Amino acid sequence: MKLLRRLVPHPILTLLLTIAWVLLTSTWTLNSLVFGFLLGIGIPFLTQPYWPNQMRMKKPLKIAAYILLVLYDIIVANVVVARIVVFKPNSKRSPAWVAVPLDLRTPEAITVLAGTITMTPGTVSADVSAEGHALLVHCLDASDPDAVRDSIKQRYERRLMEIFE
Amino acid sequence: MNMIFEYLIAGFLIMSGVFGFVGSFGLLKLNDPMSRLHAPTKATTLGVGGVLLASMVHGLTVEGSVSLHELMITLFLFLTAPVTALFIAKVHLHRHETKDSLPTPADDSSWATHTVIEPQPQQD
Repeated sequence: MKLLRRLVPHPILTLLLTIAWVLLTSTWTLNSLVFGFLLGIGIPFLTQPYWPNQMRMKKPLKIAAYILLVLYDIIVANVVVARIVVFKPNSKRSPAWVAVPLDLRTPEAITVLAGTITMTPGTVSADVSAEGHALLVHCLDASDPDAVRDSIKQRYERRLMEIFE
Repeated sequence: MNMIFEYLIAGFLIMSGVFGFVGSFGLLKLNDPMSRLHAPTKATTLGVGGVLLASMVHGLTVEGSVSLHELMITLFLFLTAPVTALFIAKVHLHRHETKDSLPTPADDSSWATHTVIEPQPQQD
């Protein structure tokens, strides 16, 4: 069992790499499946020193709901940001830095949250605090920075808490 | 029937063109470096997303084959775009911001970019 853990340190990553390789080659043959599986074994094994802890998820099925929510938000926010860019004069726009205190502690969950913040237009995550307890977010147009902070915590962080912790 | 799909494909392409244009326009119009960073994140989401949707609909209806490469492109974009945006933001933090020009993090002393880790003395 211990040997298996050392040979396959990240089973989920192994599965994802195999699926990714089969999708990339776009041929449904045993060849690509076997080669994908070899990559799925080799890459996690070689990168093991950089990712020592195994990732744990409490409710992996909620990821699908989270992805749909983020896609919906991206579409809505794109339109909002496009209107700001085209119609709002620079003098009336108020860019702001916002510090978002984090309740999440899992490194993978914080990474997903930072990525989500960057991909939803209007906000970009710029930095994490020294001990990893806060995110620095830049807003394109925020007259009320506190509202941005609360919406990030309410909408994304709470859901990631359910998935990861 | 084919006509409807062609209009749908054209609609997706126009949408992606519009958002790509707005993204590039924002790069010129916005007046501070951090705000300019917001423009490319928009171009990669709906701009590229529109082209990929059009390509998927085209593959399904006109060519009659399911292509999953578009899903992979979306996945790789969503994995890599935040990383490049973070690198550019980090450079900005290093060169143009100081500890005092940023809001203070809740519990911690400072942001990671401005934290100086004292080198540990070598133990003999």
